[in-house]
Amino acid sequence: MNLTLKIWRQKDSQDKGQMVDYKVTDISEHMSFLEMMDVLNEQLVNTGEEPVAFDHDCREGICGMCSLYINGEAHGPDRGITTCQLHMRMFNDGDTITIEPWRAAAFPVIKDLIVDRMAFERIQQAGGYISVNTSGNTQDANSLPISKHAADEAMDAATCIGCGACVASCKNSSAMLFVGAKVSQYALLPQGQVEAADRVKNMVAQMDLEGFGNCTNTGACEVECPKGISLENIARMNREFMSANIKG
Amino acid sequence: MSGILNSSIGRKIAMALSALFLIFFLIIHLAVNITSLFSADLFNELSHFMGTNPLVQFALQPVLVFGVIFHFVLGFVLEVRNRKAVGTISYKKNNGAANSTWMSRNMIYSGLAILAFIVLHFIDFWVPEINHKYIEVLPEDPTRYFGELQHKFVPVWRVIAYIVAFIFLSLHLMHGFTSSLQSMGVASSRKKFFKNFGLAYSIIIPLGFIIIALFHHFNH
Amino acid sequence: MALDSKVPEGPIKDKWTTYKDNINLVNPANKRHIDIIVVGTGLAGGSAAATLAELGYNVKAFAYQDSPRRAHSIAAQGGINAAKNYMGDGDSNYRLFYDTVKGGDYRSREANVYRLAEVSGNIIDQCVAQGVPFARDYGGLLDNRSFGGVLVSRTFYAKGQTGQQLLLGAYSAMNRQIARGKIEMFNRHEMLDVVKVGGKARGIIARNLITGEIERHSAHAVVIATGGYGNVYFLSTNAMGSNATAAWKIHKKGAYFANPCFTQIHPTCIPRSGDYQSKLTLMSESLRNDGRIWVPAKIEDAKAIQQGKLKPTQIAEEDRDYYLERRYPAFGNLVPRDVASRAAKERCDAGFGVNATGEAVYLDFASAFERYGKEQAKIHGIKNPSKEEIIKLGQGIIESKYGNLFQMYEKIIAENPYETPMMIYPATHYTMGGVWVDYNLMTTVEGLYCIGEANFSDHGANRLGASALMQGLADGYFVLPYTIGDYLSNDIRTGKIPTDTPEFDEVEKEVKDRIDFFINNNGTKSVDHFHKRLGKVMWDKVGMSRNAKDLTAAMAEIKAIREEFWKDVKVPGTADEMNVELEKAGRVADFLELGELFAKDALERNESCGGHFREESVELDGEQKGEAKRNDEEYAFVSAWEYKGEPADAVLHKEELEFKDIELKQRSYK
Repeated sequence: MNLTLKIWRQKDSQDKGQMVDYKVTDISEHMSFLEMMDVLNEQLVNTGEEPVAFDHDCREGICGMCSLYINGEAHGPDRGITTCQLHMRMFNDGDTITIEPWRAAAFPVIKDLIVDRMAFERIQQAGGYISVNTSGNTQDANSLPISKHAADEAMDAATCIGCGACVASCKNSSAMLFVGAKVSQYALLPQGQVEAADRVKNMVAQMDLEGFGNCTNTGACEVECPKGISLENIARMNREFMSANIKG
Repeated sequence: MSGILNSSIGRKIAMALSALFLIFFLIIHLAVNITSLFSADLFNELSHFMGTNPLVQFALQPVLVFGVIFHFVLGFVLEVRNRKAVGTISYKKNNGAANSTWMSRNMIYSGLAILAFIVLHFIDFWVPEINHKYIEVLPEDPTRYFGELQHKFVPVWRVIAYIVAFIFLSLHLMHGFTSSLQSMGVASSRKKFFKNFGLAYSIIIPLGFIIIALFHHFNH
Repeated sequence: MALDSKVPEGPIKDKWTTYKDNINLVNPANKRHIDIIVVGTGLAGGSAAATLAELGYNVKAFAYQDSPRRAHSIAAQGGINAAKNYMGDGDSNYRLFYDTVKGGDYRSREANVYRLAEVSGNIIDQCVAQGVPFARDYGGLLDNRSFGGVLVSRTFYAKGQTGQQLLLGAYSAMNRQIARGKIEMFNRHEMLDVVKVGGKARGIIARNLITGEIERHSAHAVVIATGGYGNVYFLSTNAMGSNATAAWKIHKKGAYFANPCFTQIHPTCIPRSGDYQSKLTLMSESLRNDGRIWVPAKIEDAKAIQQGKLKPTQIAEEDRDYYLERRYPAFGNLVPRDVASRAAKERCDAGFGVNATGEAVYLDFASAFERYGKEQAKIHGIKNPSKEEIIKLGQGIIESKYGNLFQMYEKIIAENPYETPMMIYPATHYTMGGVWVDYNLMTTVEGLYCIGEANFSDHGANRLGASALMQGLADGYFVLPYTIGDYLSNDIRTGKIPTDTPEFDEVEKEVKDRIDFFINNNGTKSVDHFHKRLGKVMWDKVGMSRNAKDLTAAMAEIKAIREEFWKDVKVPGTADEMNVELEKAGRVADFLELGELFAKDALERNESCGGHFREESVELDGEQKGEAKRNDEEYAFVSAWEYKGEPADAVLHKEELEFKDIELKQRSYK
């Protein structure tokens, strides 16, 4: 198929940036979206132009590196997948595809379609861990039984890949699904209880400091999340936050 | 507890609490008004009580006014902050309908429509009330309320304005009801019930007000 | 230089304990004055960085992605082995050790593997304490599953995302140390060379991938944890950015490179669909527990399928060739990875492949649907169920076991694997070879360590499933933190290593010259063009089945591609900005050298062992006729290559392998 691509080009963080039109031809429906981008870039390199910079790495939907706002949706029109798992069969010959970077004040553009997601790092550093040293003398793993239900729910929260689609899809650029998932994972496990109150307070404080917006429960994040992280995690974070503040 | 309103979640919870308060208030308001459909006397009696009881007038009414103002002001504050969080460049193409409802994305607009309505509503009922009681200090007539109500719904424009406003109220509630519960951290196990309850509430309450407006328009 | 593996004396069970009791320690006050650089932040690097920082060292960690959480360890699906014996099925440290050495076809170092087995249990304890949500049974205790090549259930897992959860655990431990200021994290940085001062590794030169700035970083020791070199094949299950640059650069600076030809080709990957293919996706090995592998028995059926004229479901049972069950009746579809891969290639080479490229075989779940369906019907008390009902019940069971994999397959191939058999084909997956290290995980350069997949030490010629995660975390959490302390105890009086020295000047100049060369080279072909050509040579001639003629040809061809690359590669953009093509150029330049050494090593090792299959070394008669034949008399050694300029001139050093605790046996899966 032949396609017209409207792609955001921005030389560096200082550049103003603009949409640029490109044409690609003979795209196979079996290609992944990023392979289509590879074709474009190969074309650009061969004509001496700078290829379009975009984040990607594992190309199997788990590293969370790839982003891209495709035709008005984070990770494109398909559900439950990242951009690298999106295939061209979702598009038709002659389509115009608009490709933009994640947009949020807390995710400044570094170049073209690559954004800076260090805000997520700093939120995790504010408390996204259990303070336990690697000593080789931690107690035996089975000395702490954990209900299967809690473990499974914690696992569901923990599958977040930190791609930022939730922020990108949110009309308020809120990061609460991401933070909620991390808070939930530890809140659901007994190991995480000791620091639970401090963790939620610190992570939320950092989230606010980074300039993410406030959740208005539109649910867009849940729909666009490639890993199907549930809104329930935000509700749980809200509970945790309330109880942490009430306890003082 | 101090500084909780300085946090995003704190503001969110405050928004939800004020919303739940107003949701509760709407039930009372409708309950009083609905009596006008079948008993002018009962409506007059209740209105008189609401308008003269010191507890309602000097304790509950200020709380209500505060609740309304708080909900609106905080709503605006959040909207401004959220727009700032989005940044200066917006998407050239954004397909919001793919992942969320129109109601959830446009709470500020349905909210503004409701605000405009409240202004009209205050001019219609509250200003004359204050005028009657405190400015001209007219003698209290416990039977005046029903007539005043009927009188208001004579002009077609007002009835239309009210109906439009109640449709916006309905849209606002369709998202707002469950949203406030989600903000309060209501566990998912009960969500389905609340979802249905919320939907029913957000249709029934505004519909009730619309019926009242239409009833008095056609039955004066 | 003679290789000294520095394996401690004493019985194998006591070596590690005795070693730990006798090493030198650094006191806490002095640790504050010692810097360590960790390059790569996957399971090995991330766990090492966190643990070293906990101990009190100043750690500088480097990752080319925007976060340590994105390292390719995250893609591991199946699980992590540990000899906990929670199932009470007779597991022990010795059994895990034995299975790993045997699985590795007796080409790994006994002492290292035993230590790995010994610390495996601690890994699980540590991860649970960190909040890793491993699967549990209804009693709240940890669940285990079994994996290929072993007789016990010792694999801990977190759904199909074990690697992700373990990496997030290590990452959370890192975050805690970053917050404390004990780890300085350099995201979007790539190490481009190591700096040696007085023969010791004392720093690195790195490029800030956002600004293009070339930076000098000094430390008292440098740890390389940058993973494997599978991307030398261009197509592999590795991440797009996975590269061998750090490992190759230290090789050029004196670290020996061991067993480069030991590469694992995983049998169950989604096949290539066209020339545009950028990477291959792994489907968990666990699928072979329930799927049956087959190709058409008649060549005309195979041709019709390739042309799209026939569907697999139209082929009658008697016209199907379940070649693994036919050739290996004892193990059937569960033969080890290398055997399964070669058998698939053999059928496809003979023309029986089942997709348009002729490079795919079927993995069919139909009989599993039926088997589980009947079982379910019985459980639910359904009398005389119809065939449809049975299939439906069976599909439900398969879905609960592998639902996410089936969904992933459908997204990629656009065929419903519940209705038509899956297509699979082998793909490069893991590299057992890597930088040579001694028992301390130190390379042949003093103060330069190498851990995880980047080193060669524990898997011999073939790695067992669920052992990569175990090794990465063992190295990082429990081995390196001890061994590096022993070395650093001599550095407590050294003080900060200055970076304004001629040694740093010199290496920085080399790095900058190379970047300038790429930017100014007015070539005509893209980096990927050369990478794809290299990959094709590697796959065709240094792939699953190797012979002297092809390997010799491959060496010459790779050299020719390399020379053309340096003449004709085109890199747009400038050096002082984010430049993805420039990053790729540097990595491919290194692959073009490593590939040749890889072929040379494969040529030198004229035996078949593990993932390395030489057509010249097969059983000539008897029941095992045509199967791989190991040659323990001549090749029971580690090939450690010393860099001497051209890869073809590399000098071989042999570390003879002694097997005191395990008897050497030929593998048989018949």
